[in-house]
Amino acid sequence: MPRYITTIGLEVHAQLNTRSKMFCPCAVEYGAEPNTRTCPVCLGLPGALPVLNLAAIEKTILTGLMLDCRTPDISKWDRKNYFYPDMPKNYQLTQFDQPLCIGGGVPLYELSYPKDAQKTIKNPGKVVKLTRIHLEEDVGKSTHTGAGTLLDFNRAGTPLMEIVSDPDLETAEEAFAYLNSLRQILIYGGVSEADMEKGQMRCDVNISVRPEEQKELGAKIELKNLNSVSAVRRAIHHEVARQTECLERGEKLVQSTRRWDDDRGETQLMRTKEDAHDYRYFPDPDLLPIHTSPILERMRVHKPELPHEKCARFVQDYAVSAYDANVLASEKPLANWFEQAVAADTKVPAKKIANWVINELLGHLNASNATLADSKVTPQALNQLVADVELGKISNNQAKEVFEEMFATGETPVTIIKQKGFEQVSDSGAIEKLCDEVIAANPAKVAEFKAGNDKVLNWMTGQIMKSSSGKANPKVVGDVLRGKLG
Amino acid sequence: MSLASETIASLRAKLTRKEITPVDIITDLEAAIIKQNPALHAYLSRDFDSAKRAAESADITLPLGGIPIGFKDNINVRGEPCTCGSKILAENYTATYDATVTTKLRNAGAIPFGRLNCDEFAMGSSTENSAFGPSRNPWDHARVPGGSSGGSASAVAGDIAIATLGSDTGGSIRQPAAFCGLVGLKPTYGTVSRYGLVAFASSLDQIGPMTKTVEDAAILLNHLAGKDTHDSTSLSQGSAGVSPVSDFTANLGKDIKNLRIGLPKEYFAEGIHPQIRDRVQQAVKQLESLGANIEEISLPHTGLGIATYYILAPAEASANLARFDGVRYGHRAIGTNDVLEHYFASRGEGFGPEVKRRILLGTYVLSSGYYDAYYIKAQKARTLIRDDFSAAFMKVDVILSPTSPVPPFRIGEHRDDPLAMYLADAFTVTLNLAGLPGISVPCGFIEEEGKALPVGLQLIGKPHDESTLLRTAHAYEQATEWHKQHPR
Repeated sequence: MPRYITTIGLEVHAQLNTRSKMFCPCAVEYGAEPNTRTCPVCLGLPGALPVLNLAAIEKTILTGLMLDCRTPDISKWDRKNYFYPDMPKNYQLTQFDQPLCIGGGVPLYELSYPKDAQKTIKNPGKVVKLTRIHLEEDVGKSTHTGAGTLLDFNRAGTPLMEIVSDPDLETAEEAFAYLNSLRQILIYGGVSEADMEKGQMRCDVNISVRPEEQKELGAKIELKNLNSVSAVRRAIHHEVARQTECLERGEKLVQSTRRWDDDRGETQLMRTKEDAHDYRYFPDPDLLPIHTSPILERMRVHKPELPHEKCARFVQDYAVSAYDANVLASEKPLANWFEQAVAADTKVPAKKIANWVINELLGHLNASNATLADSKVTPQALNQLVADVELGKISNNQAKEVFEEMFATGETPVTIIKQKGFEQVSDSGAIEKLCDEVIAANPAKVAEFKAGNDKVLNWMTGQIMKSSSGKANPKVVGDVLRGKLG
Repeated sequence: MSLASETIASLRAKLTRKEITPVDIITDLEAAIIKQNPALHAYLSRDFDSAKRAAESADITLPLGGIPIGFKDNINVRGEPCTCGSKILAENYTATYDATVTTKLRNAGAIPFGRLNCDEFAMGSSTENSAFGPSRNPWDHARVPGGSSGGSASAVAGDIAIATLGSDTGGSIRQPAAFCGLVGLKPTYGTVSRYGLVAFASSLDQIGPMTKTVEDAAILLNHLAGKDTHDSTSLSQGSAGVSPVSDFTANLGKDIKNLRIGLPKEYFAEGIHPQIRDRVQQAVKQLESLGANIEEISLPHTGLGIATYYILAPAEASANLARFDGVRYGHRAIGTNDVLEHYFASRGEGFGPEVKRRILLGTYVLSSGYYDAYYIKAQKARTLIRDDFSAAFMKVDVILSPTSPVPPFRIGEHRDDPLAMYLADAFTVTLNLAGLPGISVPCGFIEEEGKALPVGLQLIGKPHDESTLLRTAHAYEQATEWHKQHPR
């Protein structure tokens, strides 16, 4: 049986989070009453003209900077001609041959892969090459009902970035990682909310399978209607299997577009190359070409530290593991939270704080289905808590109990420790007294210890902890006992 | 005499002196329209009552206070129809917003009054392509007023409008102005905002005034020109390459001594009606006697103009007119079963033959496999034509030609020969391709079948040099009597 090679390229549409639309002042607003965020421009009324929203250009160029793209000096607008009821002008303003960004890449991190695939990453450290990023206007929304089709033009004219990758991916897992990583970067840059469920990020997949010995790529099959990152993964798995089976049976694959049916878990043919559109692109005469250099210079300052850069810095500066750094950098607010906690008192080891953030804070947030923004625990309070543990004021188990309370009420550790009476006794005078009592009451045990049974020490420490109702610092107790018995 | 026959300047003088009121003007105008419009068919619609209300509250201290201005029916005036001479917009469309020129004229005190006939979507040279039938030339009702702004021209020449707005994509202001014995100005591309003008060919369209005198054209231009935040291609006076002009009437009355006027030999080649050639040559002599220096120049790529224009304009139009699909507004076919059928039927019923011809042409030249051979090549030709003018303007200040090589033709004369009509645009389309300003002024009459038919002289200016253009046209106009003649 011959082996097959899969080649995948992704086209991602990401809605920019500008306040107004791309070519008119209408608000971009998800979920507004239908057709209330419209004007002559985005309705395509006779005589209306587009005027560029500079913020959309800035955000796209910033995206290009984050993804290491090149921005040519001049970028222009083209009309893409096709008829569809949700497209008011029956042409779409887009960028055909002079996009805002060229080249670049999306880095894939371990954590961006599906959980079950993180241990078997085929190409660690892979950066998926990009072809281009261009800007275009979104269309309206059609809702098909039994009585006819309803049209809502609120979305028409929303700025959309189209991010096109090279055919540089090999597996469904890489596609999954690509989308997660890209989403993370877009959110980091504050350019898009990139929520696939809300349609703020949409993805078409181009996929082809060919026998290993064949040089040229197989027939390009485009997949549409992929509404989540996991749907992309499942659809690719399905499609690789389907195309491979076709080839096995000796069938010839033809260039076509297929629709993913998420419920049935399969793809269905929409159209073949023969019915492909001729979009008759030509330069839009209503908009002037964009001179990018001044915008590019301005946006350099706004380029944020990227997730992978942050990771590297966390490993370097805070001595956390690469995995932990990945978790902490996965979301910018979390990374900021962590760094604030560290900065609150730099004597507390950052690595310890990282453990608390990852295990306790994220654990509690997940368990209660909350986000960081909902958290009542402040970075300063967590630092304080970890400091208390480090100084031996409270035990680790007590600290977990304190955290529970902090998470629930937002109280400071100092208050909770007081309330719970968790203050550990480290005063050696008081501990000596307790030790003396235990030694005096258990001569047989003392004898055992002196005969060489070290375990007795643990037993005696336990007794002292009990008589101090857990407040004695076990480390100090051990030291004192050893001194007295030794 | 009816106030309808007067100019903006004379009415403003009378208003300021309180000899008349704005309501008097509207009343006289309405009476003239009622009498003359059935024969001329210049107005498609008008709202006398609302115009009268506007006149009653008009502020005559404003520069255009109380002056009614007629609109070509492809410029949006809120609450009014905007048919573009097409069946597709005859029903189910009322303008929901004011074009920028509408706003500007309102702000200057003018009263938008009346919707004027035009070739469907401004495609044509006669108004015969209007879905509502042709307008008539006031000088000979058997003849066309020119087009596409033929209704705007017919109304002014027939003294049933004071002044009107037209739009000019390949000569649609200047040619009807010439055919009707008027002044028609197409400003430099970018001078007047296109926002609210229903687009035919976006890179060529400009709105401009159609008036009885050069002075009126300058007065209107004062209130039309200027950068508009709604039109990215509009330019502000005083920005890069645009000389700041605060008042286009300022240079009127100044002499044209030593002005260098170029006569492009390609525009005086064969194909010009002999009497038109004669009238234009007499105008040249007149200008010379006013002190201008005349020299022959060459614009070698003139011959590419028509072909270039009839590739680029339809290409842009094919996309611009795609929005007329009967989904959101406009004509909607009845009884269709699916969306494709709806498109075919609604557009098929809504558009007339010339519009369909140009959409097909434009769609064809943009199609994959033909794009380079047609569209790209035409863009290169456009550059050559523009470069011709740039080179010529190193030597001269103004270029002169006939506006049209032919006199107004009889209605129906070119019905079966669209190409003959296209070729008659040869002297006007090149300016649109080069983005240059041009003005047509009356330069005499010729006799055809016992009727006196007006002849137009075209003056072409450097980019943004409307001022020199208006000064030259005004000097010539004032030295002649042509503009004082009215059709009987």
